[in-house]
This record gives sequence, structure tokens and C-alpha cells, in this order.
Amino acid sequence: MICQECNKRPATLHFTKIVNGEKTEVHICEKCAQEKGEMFMFNGGGSFSINNLLAGLLNMEPVFQHTNPSTIAKSQEAQCPGCNMTFSEFTQAGKFGCAQCYETFKDNLNPVLKRLHSGNTAHIGKIPERLGGGIHLRKKMDDLKQLLKDAIDQEEFEKAAELRDELRSLEKSIKEGHEGGNHS
Amino acid sequence: MSVEDFIKQAMSSWMNEEGPDSDIVLSSRVRLARNFRDYKFPAILAHEEAQEIIGLIKARLENEDAPEVGGLELLNMNTLQPLEKRVLVEKHAISPHLAEESPYGACLLSTDEKVSIMINEEDHIRIQCLLSGLQLPEALQMANRMDDWIEKRVDYAFDEDCGYLTSCPTNVGTGLRASVMMHLPGLVLTHQMNRIIPAINQLGLVVRGIYGEGSEALGNIFQVSNQITLGKPEEDIVEDLTSVVQQIIAQERSAREALVKTSNIQLEDRVYRSFGILTNARTIETKEAAKCLSDLRLGIDLGYIKNVSKNILSELIIFTQPGFLQQYAGGALRPYERDVRRATLIRERLNLDINEK
Repeated sequence: MICQECNKRPATLHFTKIVNGEKTEVHICEKCAQEKGEMFMFNGGGSFSINNLLAGLLNMEPVFQHTNPSTIAKSQEAQCPGCNMTFSEFTQAGKFGCAQCYETFKDNLNPVLKRLHSGNTAHIGKIPERLGGGIHLRKKMDDLKQLLKDAIDQEEFEKAAELRDELRSLEKSIKEGHEGGNHS
Repeated sequence: MSVEDFIKQAMSSWMNEEGPDSDIVLSSRVRLARNFRDYKFPAILAHEEAQEIIGLIKARLENEDAPEVGGLELLNMNTLQPLEKRVLVEKHAISPHLAEESPYGACLLSTDEKVSIMINEEDHIRIQCLLSGLQLPEALQMANRMDDWIEKRVDYAFDEDCGYLTSCPTNVGTGLRASVMMHLPGLVLTHQMNRIIPAINQLGLVVRGIYGEGSEALGNIFQVSNQITLGKPEEDIVEDLTSVVQQIIAQERSAREALVKTSNIQLEDRVYRSFGILTNARTIETKEAAKCLSDLRLGIDLGYIKNVSKNILSELIIFTQPGFLQQYAGGALRPYERDVRRATLIRERLNLDINEK
């Protein structure tokens, strides 16, 4: 069989395209396929990365938000102040430009995170030691408050008193930390 | 160079160690993705900024002793030969992405090659710890210590809600990818992988073959790793993966037992045929070599073959990859030349063991 594009070289690639239910048989040579960009799907394993898949996932977003088209247009125009990336650029690349993008595109991102991480949108693992100093203390406070509440519910007042004291001294140390000009 | 010296030199020292469950689990790996707060992510990073990051890491980290691993050597991707990069990829010391798609990439590699810190890959930093056998918590601990050590010196991009920020949202949160390399000939021979893979996928874990194109597993070696990085603490991710791996180990062991019970002679025949091919072939393709090496390793595990060392599979599956063969040959080889080299290397390596014992 001869290539249907150049009518010169033998056709080495045969495939069936189905676009909107319309079937087309294509028989072309490798050179024409490359020129026409049809090779994309044959590169298969190599170039078809997670980012392609992710981009597909992200591009689907507007379909689900059809009820309110004005917000889509607006959100797609939003630009990250850190790296000038727009959300539509992100959907194409599947990768963010900088750390600030997470804050900038927060609203669009949550449904994506949910789908990628089986419903999760919040981190509950490791916190960096130095940078996360404040976060560490706040998390510890939250934990203590919960324990205190549990203790009161269980009527374990001795334990509750201990927890209350611990909480107070922690509050004090946070305050002092701020007054001490801790910028991190 | 003799085959003995070549292998000694080329082997990462962790490959010599025999970790827990090493009859089935070849290696455990933990990777943490981290980014610097004040720099754009590598995908859109300008050349000068990328150099700054390498400079920063060089200045702050290279000459200090990293916890446990001792000194780290900085390798710049743009000064390495393509062949050298390929060899590092085949050893799993660096990722294909760093070797091929990261123009400003670099890597800090420990002498025992257990720790590799990739710089300017998809993220600014990727800490990787590689151990033999099933040792995920140990690998995580090691990676955590490296992470803390780096965090003392640079400001990470971290968000209270999203955790460690990564260029791709598939890694955000813990930035942790844990994976285990498993040799599963019993499950493949008893046609059970098709049943097991979808079951594992449902648990938020991924199974794929190594080196293979697409889903094909070269030498019956599969990699199992976590997919979810957000909303689960690091310890839980590693624990869940470990417990699934332990179940796969149990299934593989019972598949091997069943095979010995029901078709002992056929199995022994298969092992010895492959042994025959490996010790006699004059030219052999990657795929056939991998199949035969898998059979041989199964034969060693089942006690049919006693005079060949266990780590022959993990060793030779790496050394018969195109990059290593060409390094051994000292230059580029055409595919059919590689097949000849591969057969020679395997024969020579096996003869070392056979003559010794």
C-alpha cells in the first residue's frame, strides 16, 4: 500500500481515527505522519507522561462548572503574581511555575487535588523543623485543646488541669516568640 | 578490564547487601520532593537562577558531612557524557528525567550510592534513598534525616494546608514516593498478576514493570509504589505500602510452593534450560537475558542451583542494559554488537561463580 499523503513511499502506519463517531482509515508513511503530527499517539510510552494525563484532567474542569461561565473566564485570567502563570497555562503544562501558584489558584485546585489524592485536600504529615516553627506550636495547641476537651468530657479534672497549665505556658511562649521579633 | 573488576567498580555498594525478604524484594526506595521558597520551579527557571540553586547547594552542602552517608559528590548533568548519565539511570541513582530533560540538572551522590539528591529535576530537590530488600521505614528515616539536614540550610516552599509544594500537584503534601522492586516469577508463571495488579491499584498504589516499555515487566521485576501524597502522614504511606508488599510476598511464596508441588520437573527443566542459555549463548537480547536471569534466580531461590550467587539477577539485569554494556566496551555499540557483548558479559560473570565454588 502507498502512503495516501505523498503517494510515493510505502505506507507503514495504518490506523483508524474516530472523531465524533465518524470513522476514518488512515494509511501513511512515517515521514508524512511526523510532518502531520500524527506520530503523537505512536510515541506512546515515551512522551505520554503523567503531565499529559493531568492536563487532560484539568481541562475537564470547565465542563463541570458550566453553570457559571463568568467565574471560569475570570479564573482563567487570574495570573500568579510570583511567576505570571495563568491557570490555563497550568492546565496545559500540568506543572506549576512557583510556590505562589498554589495560593493563586487555590479555588480551582481543590477539586483537582481531591481527584488526585482520593478526596484529600489537606496535608497532615511532616512539617519542616525550622521554617514551620510557628505551625508546629499551633498544631500542638490544637492537639492540647482537643485533649483538654476530651478530659473535661470524661470528667478527668486532674488531667484537665495539667493540660490547661501546659496550654497556658505554650501560649506564653508563642507570645514571647513573636515579641522577640521572630520573622520566620 | 576484567569482568570481575568492572562489576566491582560499577556496583553500588548497597547492591551487595542482603536486606530482609531479599528472595523476593530486590530494593526499597523513598523519594522526597522539595522546593526552595524563593525560586520559580525548575520548568520555568532561568539559566542563571538554576545555576544559583546549584551554587547554593554546593556552597552549603557539598563539603559538609551528611548524616551517616559521609561525603557527597556533586555531579553536573551538563558536564557528564550521555553514556555516563545513562549508566547512572540504569543503576537507579538518578531519574531519566534528570538525565535527559533537565538542562541545569545536577546530583549529589553518596559514595555508597544509597543517597542521591537530585537538583533542578522536576522539583528543585529530590532526595532519594535506596536500600536492599524490604526496608521502607529505614529508607524513610534516612531520607528524613537528609531532609532535616538540608532544611537547616535552605528555606523550603511549605504551606500549612497543602504541605510541601511541588511543581506537579500529584506530588504535593508529603512529596513522598515510596517504591519497592519485587521479583515475582511465581505469580507471573501462575498467571496471577492480572488479578493482583487491579486489586493493588484500588488501594491507591501503582504497579509497573522496570525498564520495560509500557506495562511489560522485564525479568518478572515489578515496582510497587504509592500514588497518594496528600492527606496521609509519611509513616502511614510507608506502613500501608509495606503491608501490601508483605501480602504480595506471601502470595509469591505460595505460588512458588504450588509450582514445586505440581510441576517440579517442568520447573527444574525451565531453570536449567535458562541456565544453559546464559552459560552458552554467544549473542542474546535484553528481553531473553532478563527472562533467563529471572528463571536462574528462581532456581537459586528454590535450591535447584547452588553454585551461583543470589544477587546475580539484580546485578546482571542492570549490567546488561545498553548503557553499562557500552561503558564496559569503552564506546558506542550497535544493537547487534551489544547482544554479543551482553552474552559475553553474562558468561564471564557466571563462570566466576561456577569456577569458584
